[in-house]
Amino acid sequence: MMEPDGYAWWALQAVSSIKFWRGALAIMAFIMLWELASRAGLSRIPTPSAVAVTFNELMRDPSYWFSWYLSTQRVFTGFIAAMLLGIPLGLGMAVSRTFYGTVFPVFEVLRPIPPLAWVPASIIFWPTQELSIAFVTFLGAFYAVVINVIGGAQAIDMRYYQAARSMGSSSWDIFRRIILPGTLPSIIVGATVGIGIAWAVVVAAEMISGGGSAGSMGGAKGGGLGFFIWNSYVGGSYTQIVVGMISIGIAGYISSALLRKLGELVTPWLREQ
Amino acid sequence: MSPQPAPGYDRSITTPVEPASLMTETSRKGEIRIEDVVKVYGSEAAGIRAVDKCTFDVPAGKITVVVGPSGCGKTTLLNAIAGFHSITSGTIYLDDELLCGTARPRADPGPDRIVVFQNGALFPWKTIIENVAFGPIVQGRMTRKQALDKARTMLAEAGLRNLESNYPGEISSGMRRRVEIARALMNDPKVLLLDEPYRALDSLTKSVMHEALLETFDKNQVTIFFITHDLEEAIFLGHRVVIMTTRPCRPKKVLTIDIPHPRDYSVLTAKRFREYLDETVEAVHEEALKAFAAGERER
Repeated sequence: MMEPDGYAWWALQAVSSIKFWRGALAIMAFIMLWELASRAGLSRIPTPSAVAVTFNELMRDPSYWFSWYLSTQRVFTGFIAAMLLGIPLGLGMAVSRTFYGTVFPVFEVLRPIPPLAWVPASIIFWPTQELSIAFVTFLGAFYAVVINVIGGAQAIDMRYYQAARSMGSSSWDIFRRIILPGTLPSIIVGATVGIGIAWAVVVAAEMISGGGSAGSMGGAKGGGLGFFIWNSYVGGSYTQIVVGMISIGIAGYISSALLRKLGELVTPWLREQ
Repeated sequence: MSPQPAPGYDRSITTPVEPASLMTETSRKGEIRIEDVVKVYGSEAAGIRAVDKCTFDVPAGKITVVVGPSGCGKTTLLNAIAGFHSITSGTIYLDDELLCGTARPRADPGPDRIVVFQNGALFPWKTIIENVAFGPIVQGRMTRKQALDKARTMLAEAGLRNLESNYPGEISSGMRRRVEIARALMNDPKVLLLDEPYRALDSLTKSVMHEALLETFDKNQVTIFFITHDLEEAIFLGHRVVIMTTRPCRPKKVLTIDIPHPRDYSVLTAKRFREYLDETVEAVHEEALKAFAAGERER
């Protein structure tokens, strides 16, 4: 925490508050414009005030929260699997020429296939719909993680290896004390990008696959945020569509912010230089 | 600008022979003998000859400064000693032990020869004290605690105590060089290999660095192999200055600088110092011109 420190502290406060108010003002202006545009009949998108009313109702509806829960669970299942597989794979490709030569071509052929193109195959391949959706989410995050890990590890300066070797490091020391910390910033970038893609993918996967089988709480509003949007569309509830969209924006923002915070914690040397 | 040498000035000091009087006994050795070293990048016939038939000695417990134009091949030589690169032929010995030769073109890197790099190579993800403690820990020579204690002492001696828990990115580049030398000395090396360590620093910081390095040397008497293209720096620091020809690199002139250690910055204005400069500036300038002309042709 920042200690109050005379002039510098007040200056900082002023700057941060100007930034804060500028941001708040921009959001308010955006909502105003939206309200005016909708009222003037420029678009058929419901007005923000109508959306706010629906949002307020949904906040008290457990099935809406169950959608949050389902989507979050799918995103994190896929994302964590992507990290667990992607980081070692990327590091392996970065440290071994042979491994790189063997795996990278396969990786590069699969990578351009959009995760959503995997949805039908995934539904056939995996025993449950939950797994199918998580798998597609996994793919979305996986490529971002791997590419960033490879890039990060390859960008480590030669001199660090030379210095470490000179001082008598074993290969394991070099891996653990040079390659791993040297790649960490890129791992965090890959993770932040990856979780964003995972949110984008999970929504579409839920729309296509029909929200999955976990419907005891579900009904029209359960089944995941993507399914929730789709269902609102089918049911003609336009305000709910917008609520669903905003929910996803918030979910993605919170996920990225959490990862960034975590990243700052594990890379203290990158703080304020 | 070149004044006449003072009457009675002994010109023999510029002869490429080591006077026996300079070879005092030191506790740690670190004599490097470079004999007929050739380094060709690419194929033997068509490749670039970076170093050619290069022979000279780096006496133990002394500072030997190698001066040459940028890109002349002096770093190639340093990399061969450190074990980062192979040589094409010739031999390099450290205290009569073969480092590399025709049969074994590349030396093993080891803690007896530590490099301090041009742009520095402190690990950015480790704090200053962790950087300094690195060597003994990975060598298994000390426990982590012992190494950190030793590093703390080392940093305190170098006047860097308050930087212990900073990261390298948070301190000035001059400070980083000093930390890096402390990190090198933690390994108890026979030789310090310094590759233009102060190149990127402004001249005021440089002068502070030079005095700090000399102070470190006076304390440790470690053999120093120092590469630079700055002639004044070379004469100020070195017991011995080896002026290199431009690519391919080989000694053009070897000087013994007979100015007693410990030296401080008043040396720079001493008559003796200016005389050494006058002796050598011609030779260095000649090579610089050649290097410049060659560079123009390559483009």
